[in-house]
Amino acid sequence: MKRGKGMQFVGDSRISAKRTPNIPKDYSEYPGRTEAFWPNFLLKEWLVGAVFLIGFLCLVLAHPPPLEGLADPTTIGYIPLPDWYFLFLYQLLKYPFASGKFVLFGIIIIPGLAFGALFLAPFLDNGTGRRPPQRPIAVAMMILALASVVWLTYESAAAVDWEARAEANKPIPPDAVTIDVSDPGYEFYKNSCAMCHGDALEGLSAPSLIGTEYTAEEIAIVSREGIDGDPGMPADAFKGTDEELELLVEFIMSVNEEFAE
Amino acid sequence: MLQKVYDWIDERVDITPIWRDIADHEVPEHVNPAHHFSAFVYCFGGLTFFVLVIQILSGMFLTMYYVADIENAWRSVYYLQTEVAHGQIVRGMHHWGASVLIVMLLLHTMRVFFQGAYKKPRELNWMVGVLIFFIILGLGFTGYLLPWDNKAYFATQVGLDIAEQVPFIGEHLKTLLAGDPNIIGAATLARFFAIHVFFLPAALFALLAVHFILIRRQGIAGPL
Repeated sequence: MKRGKGMQFVGDSRISAKRTPNIPKDYSEYPGRTEAFWPNFLLKEWLVGAVFLIGFLCLVLAHPPPLEGLADPTTIGYIPLPDWYFLFLYQLLKYPFASGKFVLFGIIIIPGLAFGALFLAPFLDNGTGRRPPQRPIAVAMMILALASVVWLTYESAAAVDWEARAEANKPIPPDAVTIDVSDPGYEFYKNSCAMCHGDALEGLSAPSLIGTEYTAEEIAIVSREGIDGDPGMPADAFKGTDEELELLVEFIMSVNEEFAE
Repeated sequence: MLQKVYDWIDERVDITPIWRDIADHEVPEHVNPAHHFSAFVYCFGGLTFFVLVIQILSGMFLTMYYVADIENAWRSVYYLQTEVAHGQIVRGMHHWGASVLIVMLLLHTMRVFFQGAYKKPRELNWMVGVLIFFIILGLGFTGYLLPWDNKAYFATQVGLDIAEQVPFIGEHLKTLLAGDPNIIGAATLARFFAIHVFFLPAALFALLAVHFILIRRQGIAGPL
């Protein structure tokens, strides 16, 4: 703050009575076509931001955020996966040189070296030249690191059947449906399907049948013929008569109707 | 009228130099996509901040419905997603925004790296930026648990098992994060919520302030 003789203040404050003029700086003396940030450039930035926001909202509207079923620590055989941006670290731990006896390489040494080098990049790459050809080692290391991350992420993600995962872990509220055990179809369900699909259709080793997208006819066919593919479903899961099959399908559909309400 | 209000405040508080210091600065030709289209790479940092603002706003709205408790966390998210008007969009913005934020942050980091813009005198700002990167990754890790669905639970279990294997401090680190050396449960969810909503954002805002002040002090790096 400027101090000196003849200073006038607003009341007993430290605010100078002489107000700073509110006029923009003159950028005509700056080199090239320098522009004022406020308000000229900011307006253009907002336009870019608006376009970006539209694209982002299209993504959001097209893809509802995924949600799986309520966490159940007793779930057997659930294969955990982190979010995609941690997949490369997760994949690293699957290689023999970074797991088991050498796990410290996987969790501390290799990521520590990589991220430590990133953090200290200005001191490792301390020449004066800024152009990539003037600092081949730094640029080569970064390209190598980027390629490794992309490769590890690809290796980790390519083996996952995302749609099957989502299908097998649909979000179903634990108390969404009540199973009517006196339903004539329930007995057949219990004998033929409950082993894999759960006593309450909630899914065990096989997906839940609550909220299934199959029609009644398709369920009848699948019960007899199974589903091709991996993991699929074995044929002849249901071995009863056609009348019994009808009761079974009616039971499954009645639960789904209740769920849909 | 507006001018009068401004003058009234300005006479008492002298706000003109405050906002002019922040807003009235030059944009050199080489970072302006209006003059050189390839300068769009300079937008990545600003867009990263833009997505971060989306994350903050959508996150604030999410906390209006979210309940950080293992009985109700999943149900509150499910309710938000299926019953609340536009709840799915707000959650979608937060969910996809997290991924977009990481992508933009990576692009911004790569722009700065390959242009060598971190060289003297901008070493400090690079280091602050890398710390911001770590904090964002931490926000991603802690936020993943909060819906309390199966993938959240088991991914966090793996993450905490990895933390436990760190020599010397591993068990303490796991206890600090999970609230218990062995159980991943109510305490874990409460801690991850606190870390996600209070601790990491506080650190993030402080670092962001330093990041922006340093940019304004040093100016943007010159053309290559």
